[in-house]
Amino acid sequence: MFGRLTIEALPLYSAIAAGGAAVTVGGALLVAIVITWLGAWRYLWTDWLTSVDHKRIGVMYIVLALIMLLRGFVDAIMMRAQQAMALNSGGYLPPEHFDQIFSSHGTIMIFFMAMPFMTGLINIIVPLQIGTRDVAFPFLNSLSLWLTASGAGLVMLSLVIGKFSTAGWTGYPPYSGVEANPGVGVDYWIWAILISGVGSTLSGINFIVTILKRRAPGMTLMRMTPFVWTALCASVLMAFAFPALTVACGLLALDRTFGMHFFTNAHGGNMMNYPNLFWIWGHPEVYILILPAFGIFSEVVSTFSRKRLFGYESLVYATAAIAILSFTVWLHHFFTMGSSANVNAFFGITTMIIAVPTGVKVFNWLLTMYRGRIDFHPSMMWTIGFMVTFVIGGMTGVLLAIPSADFLMHNTTFLVAHFHNMIIPGVLFGYLAGYMYWFPKAFGFALDRKWGLASFWCWMIGFYLAFMPLYLLGFKGMPRRMEQYNDPSWQPYLMVAASGAFVVLLGIAAMVMQLYVSVRDRKKTADVTGDPFDGRTLEWATSSPPPAYNFAVLPEVRDREAFLDMKERGVERQRPAAYEDIHMPRNSMVGVAMGAFAFAFGFAMIWHIWWLAAACGLAMWVAMIARSSDDDAEFRISAAEVKQIEDARFRALGSQAGRRA
Amino acid sequence: MVIAAALLAGACDLRRSAVLDPKGPIALAERDLLFDAFFVMMLVVVPVIVLTLAFAWRYRASNTKAAYAPKWAESLRLDAFVWLVPAVIVIAVAVLVWRSTHKLDPYRPIDAAVPPLEVQVVAQDWKWLFIYPDQGIAVVNQLAFPSGRPVSLRITSDTVMNSFYVPQLAGQIYAMAGMQTRLQLLADQPGKFVGRNSMYSGGGFSDQFFEVLSLGPADFDVWVAKARQAPAKLDAPTYTALTAKSRLHPITYYSAVEPRLFDSIIAKYTHAHHAPAAGTPVGAAPRR
Repeated sequence: MFGRLTIEALPLYSAIAAGGAAVTVGGALLVAIVITWLGAWRYLWTDWLTSVDHKRIGVMYIVLALIMLLRGFVDAIMMRAQQAMALNSGGYLPPEHFDQIFSSHGTIMIFFMAMPFMTGLINIIVPLQIGTRDVAFPFLNSLSLWLTASGAGLVMLSLVIGKFSTAGWTGYPPYSGVEANPGVGVDYWIWAILISGVGSTLSGINFIVTILKRRAPGMTLMRMTPFVWTALCASVLMAFAFPALTVACGLLALDRTFGMHFFTNAHGGNMMNYPNLFWIWGHPEVYILILPAFGIFSEVVSTFSRKRLFGYESLVYATAAIAILSFTVWLHHFFTMGSSANVNAFFGITTMIIAVPTGVKVFNWLLTMYRGRIDFHPSMMWTIGFMVTFVIGGMTGVLLAIPSADFLMHNTTFLVAHFHNMIIPGVLFGYLAGYMYWFPKAFGFALDRKWGLASFWCWMIGFYLAFMPLYLLGFKGMPRRMEQYNDPSWQPYLMVAASGAFVVLLGIAAMVMQLYVSVRDRKKTADVTGDPFDGRTLEWATSSPPPAYNFAVLPEVRDREAFLDMKERGVERQRPAAYEDIHMPRNSMVGVAMGAFAFAFGFAMIWHIWWLAAACGLAMWVAMIARSSDDDAEFRISAAEVKQIEDARFRALGSQAGRRA
Repeated sequence: MVIAAALLAGACDLRRSAVLDPKGPIALAERDLLFDAFFVMMLVVVPVIVLTLAFAWRYRASNTKAAYAPKWAESLRLDAFVWLVPAVIVIAVAVLVWRSTHKLDPYRPIDAAVPPLEVQVVAQDWKWLFIYPDQGIAVVNQLAFPSGRPVSLRITSDTVMNSFYVPQLAGQIYAMAGMQTRLQLLADQPGKFVGRNSMYSGGGFSDQFFEVLSLGPADFDVWVAKARQAPAKLDAPTYTALTAKSRLHPITYYSAVEPRLFDSIIAKYTHAHHAPAAGTPVGAAPRR
């Protein structure tokens, strides 16, 4: 009846496990109680959870990302604390525990922090920047969100029922195979990734179509903002790369659940195919995450240098080149698997070639700052911090791309330091720059600058303290993922690294404070103009937050910096002679329902509850058919309603202008 | 002062670190590659960091004396410069990569007057077994060889994927069941080093290290003679018992080894349904 699910699955085997479960359950209960107390369930359901509005979906993605950032960071600080203590002793975490933590840390930070953060920012901003009213497939967008959320839910559930994988975020077989790992941990990992991976593939397709088909009149490809370009390239990569991950994890699931032999030691399995498939997704994934961040840096550096972006065309070609080249380098993740010198050298060189367009981008940002008027808004600080730090990560990346040098440094903490040096300044700083830059657009009031700067400095200093020692430990030959060690010379470095993690904790606390202070002072910092930073692109042409339909009249684009161009021509506040009815997609609960069924389906597959898996699979199918047959998926906002909303906006703009004068 | 002292102590400590203080020609060449590439990359890294900070300071909004060119966004010459300079650097490093990857191919025997010592390596949970086919001995968690003589390793795993790693001598390569990978190493001087598995392999992973002994030629003969006197013999049942999971397995010598044991460990996975006839080549290396 319940497959292999028994009472043993409760985490009563250790105090730490029970504590983790209690915090998870307690946190969920607390949120539920607060919502009930506020009487906000109906509002939440109708205005948010079932919404197909790209802006609301984007906000929900980012809320998910920030929650998972906290969870992933708790994992990180626990690991740093363990390694700082564990000289010739077990520290405070037994291996089984430590191993689950490094696995969940990586899984969460990549799949359930970075991916949703990126998808959220693209969701909120891309339709505004291309001057459209929604994405091409609004319902699909909602479905993607809920599939991602179900995956995240499964990872969180593994804290309460059963255990998580100990096989690392990459899950290499045969260690992740059923012989070495018969429990449910790896299955939680597989199904969380399979389900959210489908969501990511669908998001990619959705954005490709949106960007190619939904641009405002006059917006040619070479007038798209750098963020839209990077979002397009990342979406193409998502659509092509994620299926490889789905196949790799799917085959691993077949091995584990149905006794097949794709990656097993014996019976004709070949474990080498797994890293091969995994990294055909995994390397493009790095660029899926980092390209949109590059787009954000491009926007931010231009806005806060008060200057047109230098070398736009170069930047576009560099972005496209990176996207294509990202599919040619995956073997550098396993130079040490015994390929011939020709193969290794080939992939070493292709890896270095990617450094060329990346270098071009860095120089373009530099030249954008040159002869600018730089405002040190927190978003700009994230960008400057990124440029200074990222080149160091790029340099260590080139070192690792030399196969013979990689033989020395692979699998050591040098590697760990390298990819954190790419992902934290490159990806996370970019997203945080975007978060602080576009927050007023999404919510109508700005984030506090002081706390934003405090957060930046803590993250920046914390990053250097946490990861520079790991580079050095790599020289000492310390492998990654060690639960304990016997070399006393490692400990001082690990203690510095742990102190860095605590400084980052202060940075996160400053972010929380920033949010609190900004919400408290939201009346004072309200953005009535819709254009708080003297912006250059179309998202600043509409109100903050934008109305459901984004633009009452679709804008006409004449320049790359479409909104700046309008301001220069003095037409940015021009009102049309008349408004027209606007058709918008209707909210739908089918996305939430399918996400819930996917969650239960994943749970059933993990615990071998076959009847439940079959029922949920069927329910997903039925929901999809029902939704596809629903022709009544839109509603109309009448011209009169549009006029009413727009009139109110222009009244507010007028009074703002009056107050200023 | 305190920070400077700590940094100085750290620098002295790092000079002796495994990767930066290699003890054999392979690891030395690999380290020098790291250095060469590091210095070439500094040609980009240093200017970028300096220029970023300099531009941020010079063009800060409050400095109204600085030039301001809000529409300046194109320059063919600068475009050519930002594409060509990284390209030239990459071409330089690419030549380095092509040459070094072939020269330091872990499958390529080390050029030396003496023939290499053959050692077969088996990764187990959580220990390393070294078989010396020519000496007819085997040892757990200790790899000994004469200094100045190349060592040619054939590596496999009798469990999950491992990575055989001796940072001071040879770098690393994966150990995989049913397959054989190769690594060459050479120690210039007698010495004692640490080797380990660098690929996470389960609960005992942290303890999966072994002793690497580079001995003077006479000392190596003594070491072999000592192993030959060991009471234990590595026959099939003893081997099977050895494969059981164990942590911090003591160094154990075996005075005799089941013939073709290494091949049979590989064959166990590749020929699951029929035992190989004697003399049949077994074990598909990932290469070929």
